[in-house]
Amino acid sequence: MNDLGSAFSMAIGLIATADPAVAQIVLLSLRVSLTAVAVAALVGLPLGALLAVARFPGRGGVIVVLNALMGLPPVVAGLLIYLLLSRSGPLGSFGLLFTPTAMVIAQAVLIAPILAALTRGVLEGLWEEYAEQLRSFGAGPWRAVPTLLWDGRFLLLTVLLAGFGRAAAEVGAVMVVGGNIEGFTRVMTTAIALETSKGDLPLALALGMVLMAIVVTVNALAQGFRDAAARWAG
Amino acid sequence: MRAPDTILPLRAEGLGFTAGGVRILRDVSLIIEAGAPTIVIGANGAGKSVLLRLLHGLLAPTEGRVAWAGLAARRQAMVFQRPVLLRRSVLANAVYPLHLAGVARTEREARARDALALVGLGDLADRPARRLSGGEQQRLALARAAALHPEVLFLDEPCASLDPTATKAVEEIVLALAARGTKIVMTTHDLGQARRLAGEVVFVHRGRVAEHAPAPHFFAEPATPEAAAFLRGELVW
Repeated sequence: MNDLGSAFSMAIGLIATADPAVAQIVLLSLRVSLTAVAVAALVGLPLGALLAVARFPGRGGVIVVLNALMGLPPVVAGLLIYLLLSRSGPLGSFGLLFTPTAMVIAQAVLIAPILAALTRGVLEGLWEEYAEQLRSFGAGPWRAVPTLLWDGRFLLLTVLLAGFGRAAAEVGAVMVVGGNIEGFTRVMTTAIALETSKGDLPLALALGMVLMAIVVTVNALAQGFRDAAARWAG
Repeated sequence: MRAPDTILPLRAEGLGFTAGGVRILRDVSLIIEAGAPTIVIGANGAGKSVLLRLLHGLLAPTEGRVAWAGLAARRQAMVFQRPVLLRRSVLANAVYPLHLAGVARTEREARARDALALVGLGDLADRPARRLSGGEQQRLALARAAALHPEVLFLDEPCASLDPTATKAVEEIVLALAARGTKIVMTTHDLGQARRLAGEVVFVHRGRVAEHAPAPHFFAEPATPEAAAFLRGELVW
């Protein structure tokens, strides 16, 4: 009981004093996950837009695979990247394993399918609504893509936030390819997972609270964007 | 006034359209000339909307062909029963098709604002388009089409879901555009509206063009019993 209480007050102290070790871990987490979202968005958004407007044989299969990949377990994504980046792997010569870059790659692989699948869903509905009118204006599917991306902008921001939330909260992928090396690849989730068992409860609790605050903020922002989308949709 | 490279007359030659094994339209041959509005009337499901979409080029005919006198791609526009407005401001909606049509950036806004003024939406330019009332949305759809300065404007039941006040506003805009030299081709199932607007009438019955005649002639002495029954307000289909 007492232990727990003192751990709590120490955790709050760590946050209140912006403890350098905590700050470093939080900042690395944000850097890795935000970069991963940016990289995944470069692939996921255009791919989702393409799937929304293009009609080709096998499209249904691609969508099923994409939706299935939304549930890709983070440790499996981590394992795949581990195999690629390990010394004997095809990309081993770059020496990226157990670096923040490897963590970015693993998280990007994890969330790119999520961004693509959610983007397809958002833009496909928009395209069904717009298609005839845009064709009347002389715009086919390809010309429509920038229009759809812009008109779906608020919903696409919620898609990016969903990707960020998933990346910031996952532990498996960054653990496998990052290794939780103190001061180098230790992020919030891996620190919580490993420091708890080592008895560093204040650090784990402090990071847990920061993580919760981030998750709440992300959801509040997403709600704001959904409201904005509804306003413009009339 | 009209440019020498006019796209009219518009010719439909043996036009037919079959979808899902159902023959929606058949043997449609007509010539639409410049001049007063051409109003396409007929019962719901007679094939009016499909005819308009074939003429506008949104649907490819399964039989026959649509032939314009000139290059028609950019010289025609269409307004739909339910306007599809972009999730943007009123002004941005009017600018958008001009952008697609390759109108110079400097010219777009002025043309869009002219068109908004024409339909009485000049003061609402900065509003989100989809927050407008139903009547205002349809007027914006008309402004968007008018800004393109089309030679031919197709309208598919533009007043079907509007109240009488909004309908009157739309009819006035249609007549103003016609007076400016825009060829109007419009479907309606509202006989009163057809009488108010028509220069000539195309009567569609069960997927065929049953009559194509000047309006006074058509309303005074319809040539077919189906048209006569339709004019008497009987249910024909």
